[in-house]
Amino acid sequence: MSTLRVAIIDDHVMFRTGVRAEIEGPVEVVAEAEDVDSAVKVLTETLPDVVLLDVHMPGGGGLEVIRRLHQRHPEVKFLALSVSDAAEDVIGIIRAGARGYVTKNISGAELLDAIARVAAGDAVFSPRLAGFVLDAFAGTIEIAQVDEDLDRLTEREREVMRLIARGYAYKEVAKELFISVKTVETHVSSVLRKLQLSSRHELTRWANDRRLI
Amino acid sequence: MADHLGVPVLYVRLAFIVATWLHGIGVIAYLLLWRFLPLSRPDLAPGLESATRRGLRTGSRTGTAEIAQTIALGAVGIGVLLLIQSTGRGIGGNLFAPLLVGVVGLAVIWRQYDDVAWGRWMRETRGWGFASRIGAGIVLVAFAALFFLTQEGGWGAALDLASALVIALLGVLLILGPWVTRLLGDLSEERRERVRSQERADVAAHLHDSVLQTLALLQKNAGDAGAVATLARRQERELRAWLYGNDQQPGDSLVAALRAAAADIEDTHRVPVEVIAVGDAPLDPDVTALARAAREAMVNAAKHAHVDRVDVYAETGGRTAQVFVRDRGVGFDPDAIAHDRMGVRGSIIDRVERHGGSASVRSAPGEGTEVALSVPLRGSDTPIDTEALDTEEKA
Repeated sequence: MSTLRVAIIDDHVMFRTGVRAEIEGPVEVVAEAEDVDSAVKVLTETLPDVVLLDVHMPGGGGLEVIRRLHQRHPEVKFLALSVSDAAEDVIGIIRAGARGYVTKNISGAELLDAIARVAAGDAVFSPRLAGFVLDAFAGTIEIAQVDEDLDRLTEREREVMRLIARGYAYKEVAKELFISVKTVETHVSSVLRKLQLSSRHELTRWANDRRLI
Repeated sequence: MADHLGVPVLYVRLAFIVATWLHGIGVIAYLLLWRFLPLSRPDLAPGLESATRRGLRTGSRTGTAEIAQTIALGAVGIGVLLLIQSTGRGIGGNLFAPLLVGVVGLAVIWRQYDDVAWGRWMRETRGWGFASRIGAGIVLVAFAALFFLTQEGGWGAALDLASALVIALLGVLLILGPWVTRLLGDLSEERRERVRSQERADVAAHLHDSVLQTLALLQKNAGDAGAVATLARRQERELRAWLYGNDQQPGDSLVAALRAAAADIEDTHRVPVEVIAVGDAPLDPDVTALARAAREAMVNAAKHAHVDRVDVYAETGGRTAQVFVRDRGVGFDPDAIAHDRMGVRGSIIDRVERHGGSASVRSAPGEGTEVALSVPLRGSDTPIDTEALDTEEKA
């Protein structure tokens, strides 16, 4: 496998330098940018494999970057990075198309792992994101009322989310549920897809309450 | 405006359009309410609010759908109005045309007092633009009045006089109206400004008490990596709570109690404790016992597991509240210690079981430990979700 090409989009120089120092080597950092406009420009030029994207940035935030780029270049994967704990921003950026969310205090090794996962097309859920997801899909609804698969998590997906929220790594989740890591990845990706595509009433309302739409 | 009444915007607009058919009441009511109700601005935690203001996040926008909807509604309203006119049941045909002209004239005058889009340019109360707009408005109103009077010339003199008076009065009211509302607006603006400066002072005080002190401590302890990390972590937690608005009191709810316990343990044992919560529940005796047991479990993990992080996950939904405390540390053999040591048995398992709950400890040497606790929620105490808590805080 060739070295992954990564871009770091964040408005704090110190953070960019820090991340660069931590991940340079195993992956190649091909671009940096500090606001939405310049980010869209360098990303269109370099088309990296994975973009580490800050949630809050001048010009409309990470959401805006994804909005402008995702349609034209779906092959560029986004991994959101943030210090913000605001659920609406995190879910918002996932719904826009990011394939994962991690907090900025993540260790270098974990970040590299997350980058590789996202590049491979899988999703990266931190415990916090898993918590938000469970929150968003919370509430028991009668199965008869649901005709759309997208609108609820399966019991298995819920279990996986719960374990991730409890701090289990994918490998540990797999062991706990007696399934393969690949299956865990499939479940997580499917949750991501539901999160992005679901128009579930509760999710919409939840998003609305948090002024997401 | 819709927010004020607590119904969707669409219904409010529909109601006004229906009201318009009743001799234009809707238009007048809409204009008045539009002037006097403040435009609602969502309350956000300070961190988010500032991020929104500086354009660091994408806020909600008026979608094209909304604009299209407004236009469509307006068109329907005007259409029905015309229909009523053509059947001859509406306002007398002679009156209709002048009224329309008059309304347009007033709209020109009032338009400049809209807060948002036209902003400062329209708000200036002197100068050429202002004079011309007022002039145009007055001319239109006068024109309408004149038209009205000549048309109605054949009617009785009393009616003539009465309508002239009413029109004159309305004219005066409508022309003075904007100044009155502006005065009121200025007053509330002043009040807001005062609140704002108080807030600024609060922020300054907050930064001084928290961040500055921590920075000073960090410099003093620069040699001690552990102390630096703990201080930074504590400061981060405080700042985060303040910025993103979850500064609940420990006595409020299960999640708040767990967060407080986690913070405490981070300080004492210098191990980061991450609390993730889905749902929340008020602290009744059972839930309190659950929180205390969870705290014990966190202390054990922080003290004995030799790890650099502890994960806590709390889920409240339906009839039970569950808490999981997990570390990836050295682990132990639960059977070997069950009898001679009180910690796990007494303060965790028994405590929860006394309150009708269940507790289990899963651990093996070298494989970390997970303590799973759950208690049933009392029937009457429906779980409160985090959203409700959020809004309570902001209120």
